[in-house]
Amino acid sequence: MTDMPALPQGNGCRDVPVLKQRGQHEVFCGLTGIIWLHRKMQDAFFLVVGSRTCAHLLQSAAGVMIFAEPRFGTAILEEKDLAGLADANEELDREVERLLSRRSDIKQLFLVGSCPSEVIKLDLERAAERLSEKYFGKTQVLNYSGSGIETTFTQGEDACLASIVPAMPKTTERQLLVVGALPDVVEDQALKLLGDLGIETVRVLPSRTADEIAGVGPNTVFALTQPFLGDAAGALERRGARHIAAPFPFGEEGTTAWLAAIAREFGVDQDLFETVTAAPRARARKAIARSHEVLQNKRIFFFPDSQLEVPLARFLTRECGMEAVEVGTPFLHKGLVGPDLEMLATGPQISEGQDVDQQLDRAIAAQPDLTVCGLGLANPLEARGLTTKWAIELVFTPVHFYEQAGDLAELFTRPLRRRAMLAEHPSHINGPEISSGEREGAKRPSLGALA
Amino acid sequence: MKLAVWTYEGPPHVGAMRVATGMEGVHFVLHAPQGDTYADLLFTMIERRDHRPPVTFTTFQARDLGSDTATLFKDACNAAYERYKPEALIVGASCTAELIQDDPGGLAAALDLPIPVIPLELPSYQRKENFGADETFFQIVKHLAKPCEKTANITANILGPTGLGFRHRDDIVEVTSLLNDMGIDVNVVAPMGSSPTEIAQLPAAHFNVLLYPETAEAAARWLERTFDQPFTKTVPIGVGATRDFLAEVAEITGKPVQSDESRLRQPWYSASVDSTYLTGKRVFVFGDGTHVKTAARIAKEEMCFEVCGLGCYNREFARDVRALGKDYGVEALITDDYLDVEQAIERLQPELILGTQMERHIGKRLGIPCAVISAPVHVQDFPARYSPQAGWEGANVIFDTWVHPLVMGLEEHLLTMFREDFEFHDDAGASHHGGHAPREIGATPDVTEIPTPSGSDVVVWLQDAEKELKKIPFFVRGKAKRNTEAFATERGVTEISIDTLYEAKAHFAR
Ligand code: SF4
Repeated sequence: MTDMPALPQGNGCRDVPVLKQRGQHEVFCGLTGIIWLHRKMQDAFFLVVGSRTCAHLLQSAAGVMIFAEPRFGTAILEEKDLAGLADANEELDREVERLLSRRSDIKQLFLVGSCPSEVIKLDLERAAERLSEKYFGKTQVLNYSGSGIETTFTQGEDACLASIVPAMPKTTERQLLVVGALPDVVEDQALKLLGDLGIETVRVLPSRTADEIAGVGPNTVFALTQPFLGDAAGALERRGARHIAAPFPFGEEGTTAWLAAIAREFGVDQDLFETVTAAPRARARKAIARSHEVLQNKRIFFFPDSQLEVPLARFLTRECGMEAVEVGTPFLHKGLVGPDLEMLATGPQISEGQDVDQQLDRAIAAQPDLTVCGLGLANPLEARGLTTKWAIELVFTPVHFYEQAGDLAELFTRPLRRRAMLAEHPSHINGPEISSGEREGAKRPSLGALA
Repeated sequence: MKLAVWTYEGPPHVGAMRVATGMEGVHFVLHAPQGDTYADLLFTMIERRDHRPPVTFTTFQARDLGSDTATLFKDACNAAYERYKPEALIVGASCTAELIQDDPGGLAAALDLPIPVIPLELPSYQRKENFGADETFFQIVKHLAKPCEKTANITANILGPTGLGFRHRDDIVEVTSLLNDMGIDVNVVAPMGSSPTEIAQLPAAHFNVLLYPETAEAAARWLERTFDQPFTKTVPIGVGATRDFLAEVAEITGKPVQSDESRLRQPWYSASVDSTYLTGKRVFVFGDGTHVKTAARIAKEEMCFEVCGLGCYNREFARDVRALGKDYGVEALITDDYLDVEQAIERLQPELILGTQMERHIGKRLGIPCAVISAPVHVQDFPARYSPQAGWEGANVIFDTWVHPLVMGLEEHLLTMFREDFEFHDDAGASHHGGHAPREIGATPDVTEIPTPSGSDVVVWLQDAEKELKKIPFFVRGKAKRNTEAFATERGVTEISIDTLYEAKAHFAR
């Protein structure tokens, strides 16, 4: 692969006008984060205090694929809990008691608020304090909200990590804190790179177990691995830690820029930096090159989902040669994605929030080659002839840092490759008019009925 | 408050969505926060629908609370009407909106839209998905069905199929052909595939086929009361039930039973010698009430299994299923807690589970084969091929589906005879299952989170006995192990020898 395109003039997309939309949102709520957080934090249990809907969401998002008893559950509010609040607290204590007596392996318990618990003003913070005292020395009880009226999808992880921060012990040690729940294998790669750069004390949030919780204090600097961690960053700053602003570590360029920002902070020698990163950089470029061919000049449209959209657009346009049409994001946190926005050449419409009907109109009018969207929209758009990539895969799959850069690009090529292969035999597909469920009834609405 | 890990049913508004999504020309405005839009993926991913469900979620946020959620709801109704131009609008609240008490029905009525607006009461903290579907369909029928003249020839409506229903897509085809064989036309299939205009025409049929009582019983009863339309009581799943169904139709219509059974193979397959090995297999049946009732009958009368336990998760059918349990001499398990179901299965050690996707996972964990007979649905329950449960073809499909997880007849003997043979050695598994051996009982579950306390914590297997145990074919080894441990525990034996193993075998011999 050739060198990276030159950085855009001026501030890139940093100061372009943003289309703000307020209409129907087609996104998950913050509870969804539990699906990956409970795998990451091996001795934590996530107890949602909510409704049958919340339980159903978790199960649908998880795809009912966990065979043993998972480390999350929903305390479903019933009619009688809604009548009087004193009651609900007692009920909660009883459920927690029952749970913890059965699961002695649980060292951290998160009480996770939902829309119903918030609307009835069930005070989970007080409940967590009360229960923390009761189970002192055995299980720490924390709380955060994953409700759909407060949080969007990945914000659940943000709220969870922010809730851990006050529980972190104080330290004055000079250290780097890497923030964001990454798959263990990816986290290990990052720690190795940072270690090779000579950074002595590197800790992570969240830690894999409660015992390994990191300290925090005035000599702590932190780097975020995910763009959606604004509240966690704020909480760390309140504990005296300082944020190292950087593009996010997606792709070769992003990873290098992320590491370089840290290296500058720690005064890492330039030669050492080159030595440590040269080989993995070359590997990453080589791995991306394979996808570059497929992705080059293809037009991509992002529906708002995980807040990864801006850094990904930066990666796909700069490293894979794609053209971004619209980059939708649920929130545009310029304080965090500013560096990525600056690297993103002007051109795409940056949009924040959503009015799904209108956005579908825009997507269909734009006829992008690839559309990144949620699971609810993917098949309907495919049926309209658009090629889609499920956004949720981007948070479930290891995609950060050098060794995953090729995999990340590959995630976007696969749908394009597949559509191209199917198109080689038009008699099989016969255009976008194929429809599933043909037997469902005599008549089918025309495919035009989508929007 | 009740702790739930996995649930069999979603909230009632998901039932309402199943009705709306199955239909055409209706739109559902649901007052709900953004996260509730996850329900769309059930339809677009699990059922692979190529359209978004016709549902507008208001997606109110915390900042709207107390100020403007009502306006938000009205705007959403207006916008949905303008954009989709439905023939009828249904409106309701999800669990969160129920708490803020905006009264979607009242708000929508005040808009004076030029189409029928049907308000739904969906008590999220008391009821569940099936209730939501039944109630929604009932309200739609009640609001839209108009008195009309009966059709000249004899016709029936097929009531109950919805979006995301277990094999509803193909059952409709099968039942339609059963009716056609008798010279009866189908007037309307509803809710699936029908529009408000067709709902208005429901009373033109001479009778109703209540295919799924879970989702259409309230509507069928109301139509009977209001328009004097009788409805069938037998759900035609299984050979015996299909015959009874046809007899019922004959009685209602005065027409003789006529049916083309040329493609029905299940009775002969069941009678053929290879099926001998099915005799007396102990099965546990769990699912929704209707599918459990039909499956239990097929299991006993058509497959010659022994029903060793049964139950259902939808309380609306508790009474029926309890009565059914009495008929079969077992106590019915009525619960929506999958841990209770798991316990029952562990205790009963059936040789086959006829259950839902939930029981399929339980079976995997316990090493017991499982065939799926009921919702909650999974992407696997929407196969590309035609695969009904109802009617003659349904009976064929059920035979294949239930036999598939079991080790085939002759193969069972070969495994016993040649169990040390390299090809038949016990990790090989049934030959038609792609070579992966079922996991051993007591081995680590798929996700090693909590070990279920098993007998092996208290009794120790001596080496010889353990070796002997390994010689027992894998598909009965789990039972042998548990039985032996239970036998040992009962007698206070803490070490299991070969003798204990065979004493236990003799003790449990049937
Ligand atoms: S949006 Fe609210 S009510 Fe719906 S699943 Fe999420 S937390 Fe539960």
